Amino acid sequence: MTLTSALGRANVRPESLFVLIGLIVLMAILSPVFLSVSNLFNILLATATFGIMAIGATFVISAAGIDLSQGSVLGLSSVTGAALVVYAGLPWPFAIIGALAAGSAAGFVNGMLVTRARVPAFIVTLGMLGIARGLALVISSGQGIYGLPAEILFLGQARPLGVPTPAYILVVVAIISHYLLAHTRFGHHTLALGDNEQAARATGINVRRLRLQLYTLSGFMAGLAGLVFMARVNTGDPTAGLNYELLAITAAIIGGTNLFGGRGSVLGTMIGALIMGVLQNGLNLMAVQSYYQQMAIGAVLIAAVWLDQIRIRGRVL
Amino acid sequence: MTLLTLDGIEKSFGAVSVLNGVTLSVAPGEVVGLVGDNGAGKSTLMKSITGVYPVDKGTITFNGQDVTAMPPGARRALGIEMIYQDLALAPQQDVANNIFLGREPTKRLWGLIPGFVDKARIDAEAQAMIDRLGVRVPTVHIPVGMLSGGQQQTIAIARALTFKPKLVIMDEPTAALAVKEVQSVLDLIAQMAAEGIGVILISHRLNDIFQACSRIVVLRRGNVIADLEHAKTDMAEVVSYIVGAHA
Repeated sequence: MTLTSALGRANVRPESLFVLIGLIVLMAILSPVFLSVSNLFNILLATATFGIMAIGATFVISAAGIDLSQGSVLGLSSVTGAALVVYAGLPWPFAIIGALAAGSAAGFVNGMLVTRARVPAFIVTLGMLGIARGLALVISSGQGIYGLPAEILFLGQARPLGVPTPAYILVVVAIISHYLLAHTRFGHHTLALGDNEQAARATGINVRRLRLQLYTLSGFMAGLAGLVFMARVNTGDPTAGLNYELLAITAAIIGGTNLFGGRGSVLGTMIGALIMGVLQNGLNLMAVQSYYQQMAIGAVLIAAVWLDQIRIRGRVL
Repeated sequence: MTLLTLDGIEKSFGAVSVLNGVTLSVAPGEVVGLVGDNGAGKSTLMKSITGVYPVDKGTITFNGQDVTAMPPGARRALGIEMIYQDLALAPQQDVANNIFLGREPTKRLWGLIPGFVDKARIDAEAQAMIDRLGVRVPTVHIPVGMLSGGQQQTIAIARALTFKPKLVIMDEPTAALAVKEVQSVLDLIAQMAAEGIGVILISHRLNDIFQACSRIVVLRRGNVIADLEHAKTDMAEVVSYIVGAHA
């Protein structure tokens, strides 16, 4: 089996791997420090937060849904976790519980509104984007919440065996999620739902419950990303994760997830996330203003979907 | 012995009466053609059999059991399977996954972690089903959307058959197919009948009906106006019943 067919079977776009390698080679040529160990860890550290979110996005988009609220939910989660420990004086595990619960709850509300109130996911999650961000600012009075306990900081700043903790978290979450999407009934049904909702319904899949689970999962991932982010910067920051949904969705799409559902792969999303991480990092090293980086990421997203459209049109699907 | 008996089925939507006392029976291994003009009530009748529409009046007996009040899932469990006109397939998923969609067998990963889809078993059983039906598909790993309309139709039939149904209802299975592909679907229908499965075939293509069915039932304005033995009728008579020209 060739590499290309192996990637194809795993629902990964072969091009994405070539783009990643090409990008790494390009950056290595352009910047002498790019390939240094500490810089590679920088990339992993930055990729971990939105990479975790991108996994959530992969599930939702594979089912032909969308979650635009992830970046705001990340902010809300980090503030909630930090407030429980710093303001309320609860023991450190509550920072973890609080962040994950806040993210999951926001995702659950998204899911309920999509499945019960039948408001389109685009609108529900766009609304949640505003609500979660606003709530994060209310809880924190618009300021960062500092002074987290050492146990929490471990999750963001420690380097067991020289590798940053967030990288471990990303890898573990990615492996579990990969098997969930590719090898469980939940994953099979998710792809079928995104492919043909009527077919999913006709074969007895509980479409409503599945959707609710998927949006909750997406919120949970945003909560986990919020926890890692908070631990990394030692702050419950209400503005954390601004525009991260752009990164997460882009990573998923360039990794091979079909924007219209039915196809998705966590492995591909990880490649997509690394492309985004390398791109950002390389632009930083070349001292390109962050304003331009925003533009570059937006352009990559549009280009990825454009290429997909060309590909779909050229095929009998 | 009859497999399915409909007795005096009535169904209306608001003020519009769609079925006005339909009585009909299907025996095991029998292929019954259901024909009628658009709006005659064919689809409503089929959905009454599968349980999607509860009937207003009349009884439905399946395999000696009164199923009139049963929901669709329970009727399906008893062996009533419907193959829809707009192929309920997931185009980007492969052939094997489509055949097992919604009831994937699972195993434990490394004998430990439960809930893993047994893809090897899905592939093997899907392949076996395809071989048994004599369907020509390059591989069970190909996405269904890459197949021709006829191949997709046979995949839909293969999926229905893995449920081990006693009655299969087919809604226009040949409508979107090339001439060459129609024959393979009709062959499949004959094969199902030979295995003792009762088949109700809805089609506008009278050629297909006459080739596949031993009995032809004509529905007009919610009534069965003719229940004809294949051997004792011809196309002209059926057409005259359909258009209401038969005295």
